[in-house]
Amino acid sequence: MSRGDAVTTPLFDYALRLADDALLLGHRLSEWCGRAPTLEEDLALANIGLDLIGQARQLYAYAGEVEDQGRDEDRLAYLRQEREYRNLLLVELPNGDFAFTIVRQLLHAAFMVPFWERLQASRDQILAAIAARSLKEARYHLRHAAEWVIRLGDGTEESRDRAGAALDELWPWTGELFEQDAAERALVEAGIAVDRKALKPVWDATVDQVLAEATLPRPQAGWMQTGGRRGLHTEHLGYLLAELQHLQRSHPGATW
Amino acid sequence: MAEQPMPLWEVFIRSRNGLAHQHCGSVHAADAEMALQAARDVYTRRGEGLSIWVVPSGAITASDPADKGPLFEPAASKIYRHPTFYEIPEEVGHM
Repeated sequence: MSRGDAVTTPLFDYALRLADDALLLGHRLSEWCGRAPTLEEDLALANIGLDLIGQARQLYAYAGEVEDQGRDEDRLAYLRQEREYRNLLLVELPNGDFAFTIVRQLLHAAFMVPFWERLQASRDQILAAIAARSLKEARYHLRHAAEWVIRLGDGTEESRDRAGAALDELWPWTGELFEQDAAERALVEAGIAVDRKALKPVWDATVDQVLAEATLPRPQAGWMQTGGRRGLHTEHLGYLLAELQHLQRSHPGATW
Repeated sequence: MAEQPMPLWEVFIRSRNGLAHQHCGSVHAADAEMALQAARDVYTRRGEGLSIWVVPSGAITASDPADKGPLFEPAASKIYRHPTFYEIPEEVGHM
């Protein structure tokens, strides 16, 4: 399809949001490298992190192409300020303990699987192609996280306490998964973007099923955090970006 | 509280259709499903696998290294068992 000027900016924003989500969650998982509870899990979390960073690279490259201002994936990832990031707040939160990391993976992957499934049918062929590739990765991410949550919840007293605490702490950050502004709704109308609101029942069903098996009570619906999509972040993002961007900021244009 | 050590599993990977599963190492995991996932994450990162088996290490009966003499040395003197005592005609090509 041809892209008129009117759609260009929302499409850039859309690709950028998805890229920011993937990059920051991938970066958080990379922080486990060398620190995970077992060698097996160290590799598993790094693998998943690399999948996400790979998704981010494709999305940034596409965003840069759509924007057509000469910004490539590196410039978008390394040379934007905190307020220019458009990610879900959920993915910028610090890793916490292993339970927190794993429960976040579950809450995120349970959304991304149906999201990528639907984005495969996007009228934007690049997004559809990225979705088809990412879906296979997300399905494994979901399986990995779900099996862990089941065992943590239905495991020892300590693992259960930690998984339950993580779930309660993370819950208010899940509302943003289903947020859509007017620009994104217009892309949904145009058959380009996925209707996030329509994914809520699917996400609920997946999460409920895993929590039931994990014997963890689902937290009460309540007030939800918001702001990431508008560039309003928690204090954690600045520290994350300081580490993520340090090399490019200190040695602009460095490559290897 | 003393933690229970996680059970050990032996991992077998089949790399291509038609080839047999080969032992490639071991992983620690709480149960069979987690062992499969761990095996996937540890041993198939470079596209090595089409199929994974995991087997509790305790289920494997191994020969005793001390039996090396009686078990294996008698074969050493029977080189005629190697298929190297005839020439393959050129017309046969690659076998």
